[in-house]
Amino acid sequence: MKVAVIGAGPAGTRAVEVLVRAGHRPVWIDEAAANGGRIHQRPVAGTTRSHRDLYGTEAAKAEAIHALGERLRAASDWRPGTLVWNIRPGVLDTLCAGRHGTIGFDRAILCTGAMDRIVPVPGWTLPGVFTLGGAQIALKAQGVAIGARVAFIGTGPLLWLVATQYVKAGAEVALVLDTTPFTTKARAAAGLLRDPATFARGLALVARLRMAGVRVIEGGVPVAIEGADAVGSVRVRDRAGREHHIACDAVGLGFGLKPESQLADLAGVPFVFDATQRNWVPQHDRAGRTAVPGICLAGDGAGIAGADAAELAGARAAWAAIEDGGGAVDRGEVARLDRALARIPPFRAALERAFPYPATLAARTPDATIVCRCEAITAEELRAAARATHVTGGAPEVNRAKAFTRVGMGRCQGRVCGPPAAEILADALGCDIAAVGRLRGQPPVKPIPILAQAVE
Amino acid sequence: MRLVRRADAERARIPFTLDGAAAEALAGDTLLTAILATADHLRTSEFGDGRRAGFCWMGACQDCLVWVEGLGRVRACTTQLEPGMAVRRA
Repeated sequence: MKVAVIGAGPAGTRAVEVLVRAGHRPVWIDEAAANGGRIHQRPVAGTTRSHRDLYGTEAAKAEAIHALGERLRAASDWRPGTLVWNIRPGVLDTLCAGRHGTIGFDRAILCTGAMDRIVPVPGWTLPGVFTLGGAQIALKAQGVAIGARVAFIGTGPLLWLVATQYVKAGAEVALVLDTTPFTTKARAAAGLLRDPATFARGLALVARLRMAGVRVIEGGVPVAIEGADAVGSVRVRDRAGREHHIACDAVGLGFGLKPESQLADLAGVPFVFDATQRNWVPQHDRAGRTAVPGICLAGDGAGIAGADAAELAGARAAWAAIEDGGGAVDRGEVARLDRALARIPPFRAALERAFPYPATLAARTPDATIVCRCEAITAEELRAAARATHVTGGAPEVNRAKAFTRVGMGRCQGRVCGPPAAEILADALGCDIAAVGRLRGQPPVKPIPILAQAVE
Repeated sequence: MRLVRRADAERARIPFTLDGAAAEALAGDTLLTAILATADHLRTSEFGDGRRAGFCWMGACQDCLVWVEGLGRVRACTTQLEPGMAVRRA
């Protein structure tokens, strides 16, 4: 049985660990040069920073995942620097160092991770505006801050974490604006206490920022990011309706995470609208099995659940693949994983309630603001597509809106604009967000050169 | 905007060219870091809405494309700088 594991973050690494322990030699693929994923992103070679400096409270986990990665490299068919740009029955289409290739598989475990979920803000395409995840990668992987004086705008645990990491690194943090009011978070506290350690870490972050004297606005909204050729300031409105104009030269922007689920889509896995995450997620059971034979999912790419859950889900999906291939399964270990995984959804639901995606803010993106940064499509163009007066009739769902306007048709394939575009369209149509559907994936999942060298 | 080095700045300096002009960055930099540590943008939008400097840093948004002699169009955030690279922004 040939098993392919796509992705080398916490989920992929634990999946490969289980497969190797069970006597398999899986092909293990990641676009990066080393394992760890985004959460445990590796620093530059020869860094003088310790794991503690780099990963804070998660240092032990990062160290364990990295050490495991080193060990599993030789025990697996490790393919770093490799993009899987398409998945067909039994075959992966790949690109590595400019060369096309194919990899056959009997079973595949897709551990494709997540990226930031965005709300378009006037001026958000200006140089100096980066995702929160990007701002964190800059510091962790490259030792750089995205600017000299940084404003962090959005919501979710990552907002507070990245701001704290910037303060710790000696960067000036001009503002932390969380669109979620304190009261919303407080109401979710009981649910968050299902994971007291994580809850305590969250409170410590907020305390640290306040102690550092960082300006914090909760329950506010971004009005605009301003500057001629680059970020010069942000205008925000606080909960009382007062507007603040704050000088800065960079902005970290992000409103929770969304799954990178393009390969699951291309594999034919059905998607379901998850009201808790307010997003479409590929359908799977708790073991990671999908309706497509041979395809399992694990980690944030299967629906946002965090790094701890990803480690559990990766291991569990590997056991599912082994079992489905007729191999022997460690029942005690599987039962332990199942028990641990069962504890995740209630905590995640509380976290989503504590930091909801500001759907109304997204739906009311100002007309002139670019929604699709690849194709420079504005909110007004999208709204015009929704109107029944449109020359071909109104677009009733996002794929028709894409055909009308090119929203989501650009190089990123709607990864960035997909969620806000759906909010704008649903609002314009006066329908439920689930009714406008989701942008269908197309190969290649990322741009590939037409002139790439012949198939190996 | 300019990236600010906060850690691991004691690395070997390596030369490259940006739009034909001599530039310098550090071993281990991605093209995105190398360029934005010395210049204020990576590309210009094809649609006339101004300059861009990348967005996601993780190979997803495709908004940091630059040209490298011999390699063609590459994502700046996932391409390692090599000594002597000739990088163009248009």
